[in-house]
Amino acid sequence: MGRGWFLPMAVVAGFVFLYAPIISLVVFSFNESRLVTVWGGFSTRWYGELIRDRQILGAAWISLQVAFASATVATVIGTLAAFVLTRFGSFRGRLLLTGMATAPLVMPEVITGLSLLLLFVSMELTLGWPAGRGLTTIIIAHTTFCAAFVAVIAQSRLRDMDESLEEAARDLGAGPVRVFFDITLPVIAPALVAGWLLAFTLSLDDLVIASFVSGPGASTLPMVIFSKVRLGVSPDVNALATIIIGIVTVSVIIAGVLMRRRAARGG
Amino acid sequence: MSAVTESAAWRGSARVLGWLGISGRTLVIAVPMLWFLVFFLVPFFVLGRISLAEVIIARPPYTPLFERGPEGELEIIAGLQNYRFLFEDALYRNAYFSSIRIAVISTVFALLIGYPIAYYIARSPEPRRSILLLMVILPFWTSFLLRVYAWMGFLRREGVINNMLMSMGVIDTPLVMLQTDFAVLIGIVYTYLPFMILPLYANLTKLDDAHLEAAADLGASPMVTFFTVTLPLSMPGIIAGSMLVFIPAIGEYVIPALLGGPDTLMIGRVLWDEFFSSRDWPVASAVAIVMLVLVVAPIMWLQSIQNRRELD
Repeated sequence: MGRGWFLPMAVVAGFVFLYAPIISLVVFSFNESRLVTVWGGFSTRWYGELIRDRQILGAAWISLQVAFASATVATVIGTLAAFVLTRFGSFRGRLLLTGMATAPLVMPEVITGLSLLLLFVSMELTLGWPAGRGLTTIIIAHTTFCAAFVAVIAQSRLRDMDESLEEAARDLGAGPVRVFFDITLPVIAPALVAGWLLAFTLSLDDLVIASFVSGPGASTLPMVIFSKVRLGVSPDVNALATIIIGIVTVSVIIAGVLMRRRAARGG
Repeated sequence: MSAVTESAAWRGSARVLGWLGISGRTLVIAVPMLWFLVFFLVPFFVLGRISLAEVIIARPPYTPLFERGPEGELEIIAGLQNYRFLFEDALYRNAYFSSIRIAVISTVFALLIGYPIAYYIARSPEPRRSILLLMVILPFWTSFLLRVYAWMGFLRREGVINNMLMSMGVIDTPLVMLQTDFAVLIGIVYTYLPFMILPLYANLTKLDDAHLEAAADLGASPMVTFFTVTLPLSMPGIIAGSMLVFIPAIGEYVIPALLGGPDTLMIGRVLWDEFFSSRDWPVASAVAIVMLVLVVAPIMWLQSIQNRRELD
């Protein structure tokens, strides 16, 4: 590799590729003109239109509810899966659980979405539950793939963690439940927060799976955005994108600073 | 709650479970196991079952696999007709081949763009390393759909790229970029690039400097060192990153739907249209099963790498 210039150039080009479309998205959200990519002067009118758009606001509320519920349940299930896989040694079905807890990470979304919908329809026919599709079915679907992400994060933390703490607590007579709640959980808590946040973001972002398992009256934000942008670019979507990018950037930077501070303290 | 009553309560419930013959350990294993069994594994069997049925206009829109004949005997009416249909119809065959082609090409480009970035970050001193890593992850946290949408504004006729090239006088007429396979490739490389960089980075940070120094001491040029030492040692990262791009790219729907043209054939899109437009659930299920067969081998490969990493 021509050390002098090739590597830095390639890295700069790579980051331009990553960020240029996002920056143009933000810039044109402040464009007066409806022609998204022709500059017609600075304006915040699209933000105004966004706030008055009841369909988008309603969908955003549904998405937030789904994301909150599925991230929370996914954190519980993902943590249990990670704990079982890192602390329980060998048990029957271990390989099966490993596979089932990692395959959702990469499974093409159309397959996951269609197969879950068919499951829900069959369950409704045979068991009478879930009655129809809507919030509940989206939450179950999102919980499943989010739990796999939480499990990965929690597993790597559990593996890095010094197990002598847990052993010491056991030697002092603490039962397995107390060891988990008093020692393990506090140590892995930051990883679980990271896992919850990732699950929340992934759920907010999902279009394909939600489209399959959702029912009438339960359109999530990505579903509404998708039906809008399918018809072409529209400036109020740019405004919405800018708000989302702003929130994400600020939270990721705050999280990064907090983590650096923890690392500096040696925690 | 005080520790005394807490442990008493736990001991009490443990005694009840013990009396039922269920240990706490089993219970803890059962929760994630049952969840993934019911909501991840079982759906594939339902998918397989319905792929053998035929479409009818009813609720649900597929035939049962067994029916009572006039004498009350069980008749099997399941069949492989949907699969035969998939293999005989050129549309589906082309869609599968075209998906594989697009997924392979975009994986190669993601690797070519991602490798230098991962290498550079892994060799950077702190705090530059953390900042660059954060910059790679940041787009991943923002909406996938909106990042694809950003490229619509970039690539279209009156888009940013055409405006820029025209004002610089490079071209006279706008280039047609949106609604082409090229746009789909860009979209896939763009959205999945972090999935390529992160495993590569994780692998390259573990690279022992001693290997590189030894190669240099033995007179190898940086170029030779890279191709004989660094590249072979980073193979697990290359494979993991490539699988993380290739597998979801095969089934991608949103990117071809927004950036591709009417003749961009991808199997995820075919499945979507079969389900949402034609309302043919059995054929959509058969399409999904064939897609599943395509991605099972790469998924197993990925898992074997991960298992090996756990053993290290």
